[in-house]
Amino acid sequence: MIKINLIEYFENTVDLFPDKIAIVDSTSQITFDQLRQKAKLIATHITKETNAINKPVAIYLPKANETLASFIGTLYSGNCYTPLDTKNPLPRIEAILRALHPACIITNDKYITQLKELNLDFPIINLDELEKGEDVDEKFNYIKCIDTDPAYILHTSGSTGVPKGVVISHLSIIDYINWVVDTFDITENEKVGNQTPFIFDMSTLDIYLMIFKGATLYLIPEQKFIFPATLLDYINENKINFIFWVPSVYVNIANLKLFTSIKIPTVKKVLYGGEVMPPKHLNYWIRNLNKNVIYGNMYGPTEITGTCVYHIVSDTVDEDESLPIGKPCRNTDILVLNEKDELCQVGEKGELCVRGSSLALGYWNNLEKTNAVFVQNPLNNAVPERIYRTGDIVYLNEKGEYIYIGRKDFQIKLSGYRIDLGEIEHHILSVFDTINAGVFFDKAKNEIVLIYESEKEIPVKDFRLKLTKVLSKHMIPSKYIKMDILPKSTTGKIDRALLNKKINNT
Amino acid sequence: MKEKILEILSEIRPEFDFENSTDFIGEGMLDSFDIVSLVASLDEEFGISIDGTEILPENFSDVDSIYHLLIKNGVTK
Repeated sequence: MIKINLIEYFENTVDLFPDKIAIVDSTSQITFDQLRQKAKLIATHITKETNAINKPVAIYLPKANETLASFIGTLYSGNCYTPLDTKNPLPRIEAILRALHPACIITNDKYITQLKELNLDFPIINLDELEKGEDVDEKFNYIKCIDTDPAYILHTSGSTGVPKGVVISHLSIIDYINWVVDTFDITENEKVGNQTPFIFDMSTLDIYLMIFKGATLYLIPEQKFIFPATLLDYINENKINFIFWVPSVYVNIANLKLFTSIKIPTVKKVLYGGEVMPPKHLNYWIRNLNKNVIYGNMYGPTEITGTCVYHIVSDTVDEDESLPIGKPCRNTDILVLNEKDELCQVGEKGELCVRGSSLALGYWNNLEKTNAVFVQNPLNNAVPERIYRTGDIVYLNEKGEYIYIGRKDFQIKLSGYRIDLGEIEHHILSVFDTINAGVFFDKAKNEIVLIYESEKEIPVKDFRLKLTKVLSKHMIPSKYIKMDILPKSTTGKIDRALLNKKINNT
Repeated sequence: MKEKILEILSEIRPEFDFENSTDFIGEGMLDSFDIVSLVASLDEEFGISIDGTEILPENFSDVDSIYHLLIKNGVTK
């Protein structure tokens, strides 16, 4: 029978490889059978505590074995998980939780205190208080779910200051992971070295190769990425053979020319996504790794579940040209639409739109934002059919590959994080309520720039101290420019186009 | 030299007190972006080229360890 729920894939994998190591984190490792026991125990508690089905369960934990057990436990209970970043400032967590209204929140001894500070009314499950030998009720609610029910909700930066919760169904993940497994020939022999945080949709691939195929998932400690030489040592010690990281990590290793002293012969599959990979740095990897290694560019926003367009290379690439984002994945259709909502010709620029089972169900509790980007296919007048408008501007080349140009709005990508400059601006203007300011992105230096209007210079320290309390670290501007008077348009608004040109010297 | 190191550090993360910490990494004061900027600034300021294999936690735990790394790279003043 065709599988319709992620737990059916997990059960199948555990039955095949009960004693194989499923996950390795910085302090311990866990087998598939142990992971299933733990997940079932958590599921039992979720159902006992909430009796919820198809409701969000927030997971407030750092990256570790028990975090993934909580995700799987949530799925057993017939609910959908929402990872929260324990490093985010509490006001941001609070805003997400209030909009999400979760059935319960899962955390542990270490994080429960700060969670309780928020004084929210949602039930909390503390993993450190669950008794190990406790009975689990073997009747799990996931059997009541259908494949279009939600599996997870991931939050992305929103222009109004509150992050949007992208809701992804079981069907979309099944569609995506089966494509990855076929395309990259995935088996239980894969040793996946995870870099991306669980709040980030790239991690879906890493997690579900473990769940679908019995691959071992290595949660590489964050500190290894601060010191890339230790990262390469980690790969060798654990014989990692599959990696899917953001380009900035590959770029850093290339810039430091680390392969002169440390080789990583076990690595066979190198995937990247989340932002543009510079061809020069990709070539450094291609020249230094074994000849049979394959490299894959994986393009796709959270709203279409991982990847919708991909490009595989195995030989060095032309450094004067930008890499294509590639061709559509199986069971995904791409439409490039111009401003009249007509299909673009080869070479003509337009907005990349996606059609397929991969489409998110929408933004949680936000019909307005959902309807703005998940819209009727303008080329189909016969039946209702949704497409997702990505906001990315691309064109199709003669070879049938899509080439990325840029954004049609104020969204940027920094180290794979999707950031809406509007969200940063919203918080700056609310914290510093007396100043007028705009937030811009310096593309050449890859940094966020704040331009503010003031007679006196405001110390950078003042900005940063206050902003770390409301914004994630990667959202805090790294450059601060004071102007006596900001240029304004005739309507009195900040002249963004002019300032943007100034920042980017165009 | 230590004053210059502190000056560079406070330009990168002005919100932290680097002078009185002995565990920059453990206390989460520097992430991967910050280390990239820090190494670039040290290279430029002292006219050296710190090797990638020297970018290790023990060489960036406090001002003293950075100082010793610079000495090792031939910085004298």
